[in-house]
Amino acid sequence: MAVTPPAQKIWWNEPIERVELIWIVIAFLWGLFMFGFMIAWHFIGQQNLNKEAYRIAPSNYEAKVEEFAKKHTVREEQGIPVVKPPAGTDVYLLGRLWQWWPILELERGQSYRIHISSLDWQHGFSLQPTNINIQVHPGYEHVITLTPTEVGEFGIICNEFCGIGHHMMTGKIHVTEPQKRAEAAERLAEGR
Amino acid sequence: MTAETVVGVAGKADAEYRTCQYTGLKVDIAAQTLIKANAVAAVVFLMLGGIMGLLVALTRWPAVHLLPAEWFYLALTGHGANVLLFWIIFFEIAVLYFASAILLNCRLAAPKFAWVGFVLMVAGALLANVTVLQGESSVMFTSYPPMQAKPNFYLSLILFAVGALIGCAVFFATLVIAKEEGTYQGSIPLVTFGALTAAIIAVFTIASGAIILIPTWLWSLGWISDIDPLMYKVVWWAMGHSSQQINVSAHVSIWYLIAALLLGAKPLSEKVSRTAFFMYILFLQLASAHHLLAEPGMTASWKIVNTSYMMYLAVLGSMVHGLTVPGAIEAAQRRNGYTKGAFEWLRKAPWGNPAFAGMFLSLVMFGFIGGISGVVLGTEQLNVLMHNTIYVPGHFHGTVVAGTTLAFMAVTYLVLPLIFQREVIWPKLAKLQPYLFGIGAAGISLFMMGAGTLGVPRRHWDMTFSDAPVSFAHSAGAFLMMGLNGIFAVVAALGGAIFVLVVVGTVLFGKKVTSGHKLTFPLHAGGGAAAGHYGSHPTVKLPGTIILVTIFFTCFVLYYFINWKYLSELWLFR
Repeated sequence: MAVTPPAQKIWWNEPIERVELIWIVIAFLWGLFMFGFMIAWHFIGQQNLNKEAYRIAPSNYEAKVEEFAKKHTVREEQGIPVVKPPAGTDVYLLGRLWQWWPILELERGQSYRIHISSLDWQHGFSLQPTNINIQVHPGYEHVITLTPTEVGEFGIICNEFCGIGHHMMTGKIHVTEPQKRAEAAERLAEGR
Repeated sequence: MTAETVVGVAGKADAEYRTCQYTGLKVDIAAQTLIKANAVAAVVFLMLGGIMGLLVALTRWPAVHLLPAEWFYLALTGHGANVLLFWIIFFEIAVLYFASAILLNCRLAAPKFAWVGFVLMVAGALLANVTVLQGESSVMFTSYPPMQAKPNFYLSLILFAVGALIGCAVFFATLVIAKEEGTYQGSIPLVTFGALTAAIIAVFTIASGAIILIPTWLWSLGWISDIDPLMYKVVWWAMGHSSQQINVSAHVSIWYLIAALLLGAKPLSEKVSRTAFFMYILFLQLASAHHLLAEPGMTASWKIVNTSYMMYLAVLGSMVHGLTVPGAIEAAQRRNGYTKGAFEWLRKAPWGNPAFAGMFLSLVMFGFIGGISGVVLGTEQLNVLMHNTIYVPGHFHGTVVAGTTLAFMAVTYLVLPLIFQREVIWPKLAKLQPYLFGIGAAGISLFMMGAGTLGVPRRHWDMTFSDAPVSFAHSAGAFLMMGLNGIFAVVAALGGAIFVLVVVGTVLFGKKVTSGHKLTFPLHAGGGAAAGHYGSHPTVKLPGTIILVTIFFTCFVLYYFINWKYLSELWLFR
């Protein structure tokens, strides 16, 4: 019994049951497969988190984001600038108690180098309803090359507890049709 | 103090024994008293943490939304500390003393020293509760810097950990004594081996905790200027996740223990089961990396090596137990005469005995809910789908509530007659208890996982974002999931309340078990006889178990690939 010492003193020489052996082999191979699949996804998959990150003082990061926002602000929503960077460029987003700033406007199918960092505590970048979730640390500037694949309005919520206002911390990303395509659609509409 | 000097202090002659009327084993009175004290403390903190958990769930139930925000975050911090640390570790110390002194027929090493550990643990647990209830320490179980709690919050955890470390030392010293005094022949029993695994992982865990919590405490006192948040997470999770592996080792040992005591089950092969435990020691610590998959600056190779537990060798350990535990039960039941078809052994198992019912539900739910979701959650790329969503608590309620807590509750129904020597009061209520708690735990796990898949964040007071300047709305499905989570939390809380009621009632008012007394939940008729001849089980035909693991494996593979499908539909990022 499991509560008494093994009957065979030399228990490590006992044969293994066949059913156990088969299961061990299956489980081991499955483990190997799962191990290999993570590696494979770096080659076949389009969703792999970049390791690129830099140490940065929060105040320096804030300055960078403000400069970026100043350059590309197109309008305001509820007093928050909506920033539309050119496709393929660097985009800066910050998390702080308790908002994501600024609001971004991106184009579908275009890639952006999104920089994310926090000015104070840890935050959780959670893009909804897409459900992409990335941890945001103060002092670390994380760079992710992101390509939106759908058009619409997306919420950013915070999913790392950051104090009493945590549940009020939100932000937004608008994704529009690419410029050329939108113009073509307009022309088409005018032609009619 | 080394184990040797402790042995010297305790002295051979000091120990007092009684003889167990069921097993004929010698029971060291000092060990028995310590087991009782630790078990009672465990149940007290389970009750406290359980109430806090219910308040949290009722607040997250959108239609109820019970607590104000400040109290919600406070209760959530207290819930984590009380159930994940205090309930489980007090109980585990009791398990360590049982698996050493009682199972090895030996006296406990240095009982006075063990009492010092107990007092430290109680002091730590009380201080933690007082500090959290004072407010200003609502930093959650993880207490990630730069968010800061009051210094006493960190100090309380350090005190508790030192106490637990003393408990482990007493356990190791008892193993040494048993070996030296020859209280058993050959190797230690499998259950003791599993407990040893748990204790070894506990030492690693507590060391990691000390490395991170002591500087953090000094930081909160203003003696250290800065704690790097990323470094904190790496080391903190060496404690945070490894401590969950103590639980796994402990509750797997309990599965074997209950199967042995109730059904006379023997391991199919000692070698396989022990190797599976040993794999936990070698590979589980790597799991701390699971918590850093969405962090900046970690390379893919670092993530893959660590999160795969070095090619999933620890998962392999659990999958082996997933076959050998039901396999041992099936073999024992077939020997007990239940040989018809593939499942007579399971149908005619003692489902009316809460120890068996709780144990088997724990086994199934730990594997299907906690285990599968854990592997998916811990896969490098898939993690981005669920990181910090309420899927995460969904997963660990599957492991720690449906798995560990239910297994601990189940074994309590054996501890009451064997150690407290009391007959369980309200046996009918006790019969229902594991089912109520099990169904509740399964419900909360599954619905939190469902809500997390829909993006609902964890540790979040208001999923309607009604006060947020930039509005956002979750889907109706997410609200439904959180509502169902609330309903099942009430069911689980009811099961938990019955457990506390039955245990406290039994300890205080249960009929004293005397010689020749029949237990309310008798050990299986075959159990006693089987105790005479032990060793690996000779039966080879286990059709029921083969069917069960095949179902398990199919679910695992399907669920794994469904999540890759979800991932492939996300925006592209690299």
